[in-house]
Amino acid sequence: MTQQYTDLEFDYKFGFAMPDKSLFKTQKGINNETVLAISKIKNEPQWMTDFRLKSFKIFLEKKMPEWGADLSGIDFDEIVYFAKSIDKQKGSWEDLPKEIKETYDKIGVPQAERDFLAGVSAQYDSEVVYESIQKELDKQGVIFCDMDTAVQKHFDIVKKYFGTLIPPYDNKFAALNSAAWSGGSFVYVPKGVHVKLPLQAYFRINSERFGQFERTLIIAEEGSNVHYIEGCTAPIYTTDSIHAAVVEIFVMPNARVRYTTVQNWSNNVYNLVTKRARADKNAIMEWIDCNIGSKITMKYPSIYLMGEGAKGEVLSIAYAGNKQHQDAGAKMFHFAPHTSSRIISKSVSKGGGRTSYRGLVQVTPDADNSNVFVSCDALLLDELSRSDTYPYMKIKNDNAEIQHEATVEKIGEEKLFYLMSRGISRAEAEGMLVNGFIDPVVKEIPLEYSIELNRLINLEMSGSVG
Amino acid sequence: MLELKNLTVSIGRKKILHNISFDFKKGKTYAIMGPNGSGKSTLAATIMGHPAYELNKKSRLLFNGKTINNDPPHKRSEKGIFLSFQTPLSLSGINIYQLMRYALDGKLDPLEIRKKVQKYAKQLKISEELLSRSLNEGFSGGEKKKLEVIQAAMLDPEIIFFDEVDTGVDVDAMRIIASFINSLKKKGKTIILITHYNRILKHVKPDEVIVMRDGKIIVSGKKNLADQIEKEGYEGV
Repeated sequence: MTQQYTDLEFDYKFGFAMPDKSLFKTQKGINNETVLAISKIKNEPQWMTDFRLKSFKIFLEKKMPEWGADLSGIDFDEIVYFAKSIDKQKGSWEDLPKEIKETYDKIGVPQAERDFLAGVSAQYDSEVVYESIQKELDKQGVIFCDMDTAVQKHFDIVKKYFGTLIPPYDNKFAALNSAAWSGGSFVYVPKGVHVKLPLQAYFRINSERFGQFERTLIIAEEGSNVHYIEGCTAPIYTTDSIHAAVVEIFVMPNARVRYTTVQNWSNNVYNLVTKRARADKNAIMEWIDCNIGSKITMKYPSIYLMGEGAKGEVLSIAYAGNKQHQDAGAKMFHFAPHTSSRIISKSVSKGGGRTSYRGLVQVTPDADNSNVFVSCDALLLDELSRSDTYPYMKIKNDNAEIQHEATVEKIGEEKLFYLMSRGISRAEAEGMLVNGFIDPVVKEIPLEYSIELNRLINLEMSGSVG
Repeated sequence: MLELKNLTVSIGRKKILHNISFDFKKGKTYAIMGPNGSGKSTLAATIMGHPAYELNKKSRLLFNGKTINNDPPHKRSEKGIFLSFQTPLSLSGINIYQLMRYALDGKLDPLEIRKKVQKYAKQLKISEELLSRSLNEGFSGGEKKKLEVIQAAMLDPEIIFFDEVDTGVDVDAMRIIASFINSLKKKGKTIILITHYNRILKHVKPDEVIVMRDGKIIVSGKKNLADQIEKEGYEGV
């Protein structure tokens, strides 16, 4: 270890710009020094530094998953694990691929937001809105800040929960995130508090919230209620090739948390996210997960139903276009009596895209009178595209009620002809059918997102999105 | 207004329509009759531009004097041709308002569309609740056909093919639909009723009756041809 610290001094000089130059950036690849350097820059308590180092060791030991999508294209040595600036290095608007710019135009993303999404500016200017909401939250005792700040200011709470639901040894990418994490959100809702407006990372999208290795932690105390939204439908252009986030959510007795994700990664990104929630007695946890874009996505939001009467729900949409593979699904673990879970998955593949539904539902002997509902529907737009379903069920209790439905549907020429005979072009007709297909899930997401999502689907159908 | 010249149609290698020539005139009402598999629905779908039906080289479809052979279905619709489907397809997550909003994009604002759909629905005795449900999903035969008729009125075409609008429909619904079609007739629309039965022709009087068999028009005549078919069957004509 001492040897490595010496190395750090050396690396630090050459690998990082000094703070007054406003830019930190690690060299490509990751080793103990990189991990230490990240922790040092953030001025973290020893506990977090140790956590990172331990996680990095686990990352090295863990094998790549041998199931799911093809991850052989990931080169861990080619990744820059940490980059930060106060006055973030500006990319140039001109350097952006034409298709991305056109998509922003067509969806109607405001310029300020575009600059941020495209990496041209670091901060989306919505401070005014944000501050009034922050005031309201402060009054209620709600903590909503970025994860880095939380480690500094709310270390006691962070330490109690951080990495306990998704420990580093959970999987290789959770380990990587635990070692190299940066940014993400921290939300703490005190007992009995209902947060009226959805908390959107959007209100203050800055480099701290969007990162390759975001780390989000949400704690909803007894009887509280909160809705958290991350992402946006506009394509997030990044030259980073990997996005490995970890999201941990604690839903205490009688509390309710809804976590909505709408993400549209550019198609060079491996999106490998571990999301897990724990629901206590009579708590309700809902994941709403819309995944568009990326090269490969592997994401299975899961819920541990630990307390009697807890309810869990995962509603998801996956869209895979040419050369994209969405391997997504959900996991539900019933550990207590009278728990119920619902999984509704809708996937769409077009132009050789591939979607896989991968789900696991487990009902333990303790989970008497539990209720499980799984429905996964796939829609294929052409002969080139592919969809697979891997629904695993481990039911160890005789009086659990299980329902499972799965359908695969092709967009038929007859339906297209029907719509076209009404004066609707083929591309528009395809868009309508896809939007109709995902409608049951889209209905659940806030209006401004659902409108954008519908518009995006129409654009995808007309082939005008790169 | 719609002229079929030497229309020969095949699906794959199989010929379904043989050298059909006919001229549908503006404002007239026609009935196309014939046994099952005689090519009635194929004819209507071909005119609408169904991609599975291939026209041979000599075939010509002229609408208001211009060829529409190469127009995709939505172009034909824009030009004023409408097909009311024999078996309307169900559309998950799309209701009639949404469908019409897409179909009439830029022509009518969404509020107007809503009002108009509701007005026609009232005339056709359709409950308003049905209008906001996914189109045709779990609808009865009569409801499906009525929704087709609403679309015909909404799109305001010049020529309308009603493919078995009277099948799977009870007597009351059939009367309501027939009187609605008569109102379209009064507006000067060219109407073609494809039907097995004389039943609807008692309410919507055709100017001409065309009988098809084995992919050909075998005879055409006045209204009494339909009466004759009712009495003697297709063997008699």
